[in-house]
Parts: sequence; C-alpha cells; structure tokens
Amino acid sequence: MNKSLISIQDFSKDEILHVLETAKEFERNRVQNILEGKVIACIFFEPSTRTRLSFETAVNRLGAKVIGFSDATNTSVSKGETLKDTIKMVSNYVDMIIMRHPLEGSSRYASEVSSVPVVNAGDGANQHPSQTLLDLYTIMQTQGRLDNLKINMVGDLKYGRTTHSLLQAMSHFSPEFVFTAPEELKMPVEYKDFLDRRGIRYAETTSLEEHLDDCDILYMTRVQQERFTDPMEYEKVKDVYRLKASMLDGVKRNMKILHPLPRVNEIDQDVDDTPYAYYFKQAENGLYVRMAIISCLLGYR
Amino acid sequence: MESINKELKVSALENGTVLDHIPAENVYKALDILGLKGICNQITIGINLHSKQYGKKGIIKIADRFFEDDELNKLALIAPQATVNIIRNFQVVEKKKLVLPHEISGIARCMNPKCITNHQPVRTKFTVMEENGEPVLLCHYCEKRSDIKSLF
Ligand SMILES: [Zn+2]
Repeated sequence: MNKSLISIQDFSKDEILHVLETAKEFERNRVQNILEGKVIACIFFEPSTRTRLSFETAVNRLGAKVIGFSDATNTSVSKGETLKDTIKMVSNYVDMIIMRHPLEGSSRYASEVSSVPVVNAGDGANQHPSQTLLDLYTIMQTQGRLDNLKINMVGDLKYGRTTHSLLQAMSHFSPEFVFTAPEELKMPVEYKDFLDRRGIRYAETTSLEEHLDDCDILYMTRVQQERFTDPMEYEKVKDVYRLKASMLDGVKRNMKILHPLPRVNEIDQDVDDTPYAYYFKQAENGLYVRMAIISCLLGYR
Repeated sequence: MESINKELKVSALENGTVLDHIPAENVYKALDILGLKGICNQITIGINLHSKQYGKKGIIKIADRFFEDDELNKLALIAPQATVNIIRNFQVVEKKKLVLPHEISGIARCMNPKCITNHQPVRTKFTVMEENGEPVLLCHYCEKRSDIKSLF
C-alpha cells in the first residue's frame, strides 16, 4: 500500500479494515521503532495544534524523526513560493509528507507533485481522512463491529466535513443514519443522493430528543464559526443543541457518544461521567490510527 | 433555389470539418473549447441560421483540419446536439455524434473560491457527470461541484 491518503474515498473497504487492524496492534503496544532512520515532514500551512501533536507523536513513537513547520507565517511560503515548489523541495528530503493547508484540493495537488506519499491532515473544509479512520476505529471498538449500526449525526451537517467523510466511509458497512440538524445546517443533497444510490436508509429531524434512544452511535459536532460567511446565520444556530446527562435515561446500553473535539456547549460537562461518553478515548485512538496510517502507507504493515 | 441559397450562406469546403447544430449563442465558446482562436486555417462561421429543429443555430467550418474524438467530445458540454461532418474532396465522408467526455482538463474554472486551482497555477481537472440531463462538473481537487457556466 505505497500511496497517498488524501480523501477517505481513496481507500477501499479492505484497505480501511487493514488500517484499523493495524491500529489495534499499536494500541496493544505503542512503542515500536519500525521506522527508525526515516524522516517525515509535518508541514502545517495553517495552525492546528491538536492534529499536529497527534501526528508528530505518532511519527516519534514509530521511531522516525519529524521536520516541518506549524504555521506558514515565517516560511518561504509567506514570501510567495508556490505550493508546488515547496512540495518539490520537501519531498526530496523526506520519506513522507503530512500536510495541512487552508485551500481545498491542496493535498491532492501536492500528492501529484510529490515524489513521496502525502497524508492529508486537513485541506480547508474538504477532507480530513485520519479523523474519519479514527472515528471508524472508535465505532468498531465500542460496538465490536462496523456492520448494521444506527448512527445519529448531530449539529452542523452542512459544513461539517467530518460527518460527510464518516458517512462516505460507513457506506461500506450497511449502516442506517439519522441526521439531526437545524433547517439551516441540514445534510446537503449530494450526500443524501449518495446514500439513495446505495440504498442506505436515513431519517432527518430537527429534534435532538427524537432519535436519542434508538441509535448505537451519537456523533455530536460543533458549529464552527469560521465556516460561516454570514454572522447572523451563525448566531441563530450556534447553541441549537445541548446534550445533558439527564437526557440519556432511555438510551441503548451499548450507545456511545463521539465528538471530534474541541467541544463548545453542545455536550454538557455532566455527560462526561456517564458510561456513554467516549470522546476522550476517541481522541486518544487518533494516535494509534495515525501510527497505522503512516506505517501502512510506507509499506511497513 | 434551395441549393443556391445554401451556397451563398456558407461557402463550400473542399477538405475539413463542419460542426453543425451548435446553439447560436455558444459558437464563440465552441471556438474556445476547440482551441481555434489564433490558428491559421480558414474558418467560416455562421450564426443565427434557421434550423427547423432548433430555431436558431450556429455552424463552424474549418478548412484542412480534422479532430480527434476526444477533442470534439468536449463540445458536447455546450452543444450536446451538435453534429460533425468530415469533408474530403467536397464530399461528406463521415458524420459523427458527440459523446459527453468522462473527464475534462484545462477548459473550466472551479466555482469554489477556496479551491487550490483558483489560487495557484494548477491546471483544472473535472469528472463530468450527468444529472437531470444536465452535465455537472466534479472538481478533481476540491471535490466540489461546478455547473456548466463555469466553463468560461
Ligand atoms: Zn475545485
């Protein structure tokens, strides 16, 4: 599997399952110097501390070394160097490039210019496939399987790229979906078309209460201010859902709450102490899944 | 009389390609798509000609130029009904219908303002899909949709 990871759709079902199996192995034993002597570039053209730390920890735990930058402000990029030139230069130094960039499609372009595999750590509002893989890993871990689950996605389903990618990835596993969103932030038609073509069932609601008790996974998302062009639209919907522990009395016993983090107000602190909260463990899983992605793409697993 | 009128409207071609039944308003776009602006061949253009089937149509005759199917099929994006006549020695030796291409490169702009192709010198590339009979372009880079208006 010597290739790049740009969009979750680049991976077949088998490749997804292979990465998840590999991640299990890294969770059992997180010290494995299988990439000793390798150098991996983490180049972040916009800051994202959480994602960068997770990737850099993964590289270090695999025994490779990291070079790169966490912000493009003080680099040649701010002097007008094209992305192509930056990638050409960096790919000659390293064995893999992990990149984040504010422009959509930048990682796909980089993978076409680069001589080494590229991992997309977020290209604007487009794709963030390592997040999707860690979501899948967490779903599998909590439910013991990926097939035939009912997933309730809550919040910003219009701009939220994590829900779009998760929907595409889960489509391999005969799921059923509930889309809980206010009118203004409903799941876009193209994703519903995608499900229709595959015969996958979904329901839509504006009420958080309506499908709390019959889902296996409650996937909460934050409404991100930066995705809105109209500040009025943001004000209307920013605090639309707030999950509290008292709302969870009737949920299925296997139900788990996931959230890509950071959260704002959509999950109350008192939910953290319920057996359904799983978002902190989900974030930890990011490390094992990223170790798996890196070693699989470099052909070491 | 009929044949004389036709002669007057568009002069006869000895060898070359005739593109017929192009929507009148898309004739200039067709020249763009086929990269005919600035070439030396003799080109005869007719616009707002009467067509029984389509009302007003356009026609383009290019002397001594023959095209690959891939090149011609790009025309299907703006002139799905167009017909192609290959002329040799004043005779129509071949007629072709256009087929919508699966992929186009370098002839459309992505409508997503945050797409890399609108900020860096990147050649655009789209997968062509058909939705409700209309072609829709899916950007190879940002994965967003553009409609056919983005061609120009
Ligand atoms: Zn684009």
